[in-house]
Amino acid sequence: MEATIEVSGLRKRFGPTLALDGMSFTVQPGQITGFVGPNGAGKSTTMRVVLGLDAADEGSALIGGQPYHRLRHPLSHVGSLLDASALQPGRTARNHLLWLAHSQGIGASRVDEVIAEAGLGKAVRRKAGGFSLGMRQRLGIAAAMLGDPPVLMLDEPFNGLDPEGIVWMRGYLASLAGQGRAVLVSSHLMSELQDTADHLVVAGRGQAIADTSVAELLAAASADRVTLRTAARAEATTVLAHAGATVTASDRDTLTIAGLPTERIVAVLAEGGVPFSEVSAHRATLEEAYMELTRDAVEFRAEPAEEITR
Amino acid sequence: MTTSSITPYRSGRKPGRDGFAQLLRSEWTKFRTVRGWLYALIAAPLLAALATLAIVGAANPTRNPGAQNPGPTGPNGEAVTDQFEFAHQPLTGNGSITVAVTSLTGSFVAPPGGLPPAGWVQHSLGQGLQPWTKAGIIIKDGTKPGAAYAAVMVTGGHGVRMQYDYTHDIAGQGGSPPAAAPAWLRLTRSGDTIAGYDSADGTHWTRIGTAALAGLPSTVQAGMFATSPGADLTTQGFASNNGGQFSTLGTAAIGHVSRQGGWTASAWTASQVGLLTKANGPPGVHCGTGCVRAGSKPAPGAGFTAHGDTYTVSGSGDIAPYVPILDPLGLSFKGTLVGLIAVIALGAMFITAEFRRGMMIRTTFVASPRRGRVLAAKALVIGSVTFVAGLAGAAVAFVAGGHKLTQSGWSAAVFPAWPLLSAHGLQMVVGTAGLFALAAVLAVAAGATLRRSAGAIAAVIGVIIVPLILATLLPMGPAQWLLRLTPAAAFSVQQGTQFYPQVSHACLPYNGCYPLSPWNGFAVLAVWAVLALGGAIYLARRRDA
Repeated sequence: MEATIEVSGLRKRFGPTLALDGMSFTVQPGQITGFVGPNGAGKSTTMRVVLGLDAADEGSALIGGQPYHRLRHPLSHVGSLLDASALQPGRTARNHLLWLAHSQGIGASRVDEVIAEAGLGKAVRRKAGGFSLGMRQRLGIAAAMLGDPPVLMLDEPFNGLDPEGIVWMRGYLASLAGQGRAVLVSSHLMSELQDTADHLVVAGRGQAIADTSVAELLAAASADRVTLRTAARAEATTVLAHAGATVTASDRDTLTIAGLPTERIVAVLAEGGVPFSEVSAHRATLEEAYMELTRDAVEFRAEPAEEITR
Repeated sequence: MTTSSITPYRSGRKPGRDGFAQLLRSEWTKFRTVRGWLYALIAAPLLAALATLAIVGAANPTRNPGAQNPGPTGPNGEAVTDQFEFAHQPLTGNGSITVAVTSLTGSFVAPPGGLPPAGWVQHSLGQGLQPWTKAGIIIKDGTKPGAAYAAVMVTGGHGVRMQYDYTHDIAGQGGSPPAAAPAWLRLTRSGDTIAGYDSADGTHWTRIGTAALAGLPSTVQAGMFATSPGADLTTQGFASNNGGQFSTLGTAAIGHVSRQGGWTASAWTASQVGLLTKANGPPGVHCGTGCVRAGSKPAPGAGFTAHGDTYTVSGSGDIAPYVPILDPLGLSFKGTLVGLIAVIALGAMFITAEFRRGMMIRTTFVASPRRGRVLAAKALVIGSVTFVAGLAGAAVAFVAGGHKLTQSGWSAAVFPAWPLLSAHGLQMVVGTAGLFALAAVLAVAAGATLRRSAGAIAAVIGVIIVPLILATLLPMGPAQWLLRLTPAAAFSVQQGTQFYPQVSHACLPYNGCYPLSPWNGFAVLAVWAVLALGGAIYLARRRDA
């Protein structure tokens, strides 16, 4: 069986809200796919549909070519973490893993293996109700790894982690992807995925508005833009706008210019006698690229419900 | 779009198994790893037993005339009613008697002050003939009340019967009451064995059954008899009991009497067996306001007359096991309600805990996508553990409670301390354990449906315990229907009194009597539990988790 997640044309309506509106993407083995988008973009709903928890109104979600409910011993196909606080507080962490293991006929020795891998240590003998969110995330990762699955699907695993935990999580996920597993990690903060993901699926309005590698996304976001450093911002803006460029102020003495090639910008500034200290091709950050992509989605969210359900 | 040079991961581990056994084990692990649930499982039977014993301790026999045996004791030490008009002769050794009963009628014996003039009592009285008015022939070890006997008879509403030693009752062929054609009856004694026969024409005979009366002496008394039990109109009104018992007289015309074998006398002697007088009998047993048990005085009109070779026999009373009105052990078993409530709460929590805090149920359903099997496993686990708990609690309550009742002076003839492994003991103990288990299953189903513990607990208490309380307050009709249709019907397994089909009794829910037989009542709860679980599974499959 292939280690993939294939989501195609998912639609899902909750009352008046269209949560998923044709969500489609594929998660490939051997890399970390970031699943990013603003809150309410449909990331968690997509994951619940993939796991067979919610039924989609339309479309399909397949794990290695099979719908989830057809999987035998599903935990050995997909490991998932939806909500780290989904625990009975009075039960110890180890016993939480134990009932989950028993449901698949997995023995206690594997439970102890994943406890060690997740770095839970002696804390597993304590009641899970007393765990910090960071410890719960580690417990959730341990649970996802019980069946040693080729596919992992984690919803906001960085939430509540301390810096050390974030470093550990990045390293651990990278090592899992390095073993050839397909790893899907969702986040509403691009910065969490910046140094982690190889591939990105950007969700907005219940759709995948981008499904691309990190490098491609950055290139696309940077394309044809120029950064200009000048002390005379106002004059520069006037002459460049007059020449047909789109000018955005991005700092006290920095402008971002689109719509004119670099040579033409230099010529226009020289003609107008506007002083400048630096002209360079713009290098977008992942955050900018993301903001650019999701701006529409976020703005759209603010419109009335009738519009959303269109 | 992506490089395909990567080798997808393949686990070196053997995949596990995800059968129903794994699900059961998983749910059991869930249950045993929450300490509060284990405490509740231990507390439930403990509370049930303690509350039952506390109620038994409060059941004071000296303040309750019903605690003693008001009548004679039968061959097996049980309390019996043995009162009838008996026209008899001695029979020595083997022999037989054959008669034809040509009619059976009934009438009321007016109590002092007469019958109530009007209203529902008179309406309910109808004719005096009772379903168990009986007349026919009997062979008995003397005329002492409580002595062993075997008889064949015509009854007011149950056709021809053969009855012996109070508790045994076998249906014959003939109908009831004989209208045009007479009912032919025959008893044959051979040693300790008495066989009963009936016939429609006096030529073709059918054997109804045989009675082995161990230790029957060579000479017995045999002949014709008639008797008729009181019409019990005791009923339950709104938060009250009313009505009473009215004596009736059964009169039979009997002819074609023929005897064979060791009959020595030529004339019949008439005796009123079990006639209680003010001098020799215990006072009338009070069975509620305005209710005096029949038979403390000779019935006017009772007697035996001969008209040539036909005879008229009239009698009042009954030949039957005594059925007490009180049920001290059964009522004390209401103490198990304390444990039952704990079990209902436990069953509901076992599932609703998964709907709180981030929906652990999603983890469960992700691990086991076949949701129906998950709920079935959950129900089986909670049903099993609560069954064991209920078994322990009910066994202690039953043995210790029965012992304490006898010790404190409740007559063993009326309220026997049944052995734990007798049919009655198993009914009360295993039945109560089953009641606990099914109530917990119902709570799991309600919890899965409502997803909230408060709602689920309230719903289950509402269908099991509330009808039980209402049944003691409402008038008879609605009260009995509640105990037939709601899961409260299952409390019939806690009925401590032995009822007999051949004895009519006023079945008052107030006194702990249930309209359905114990296991039928239990089946009502089982149907509820199965339907509720089926509904919960249907919803779980359809709803998003």
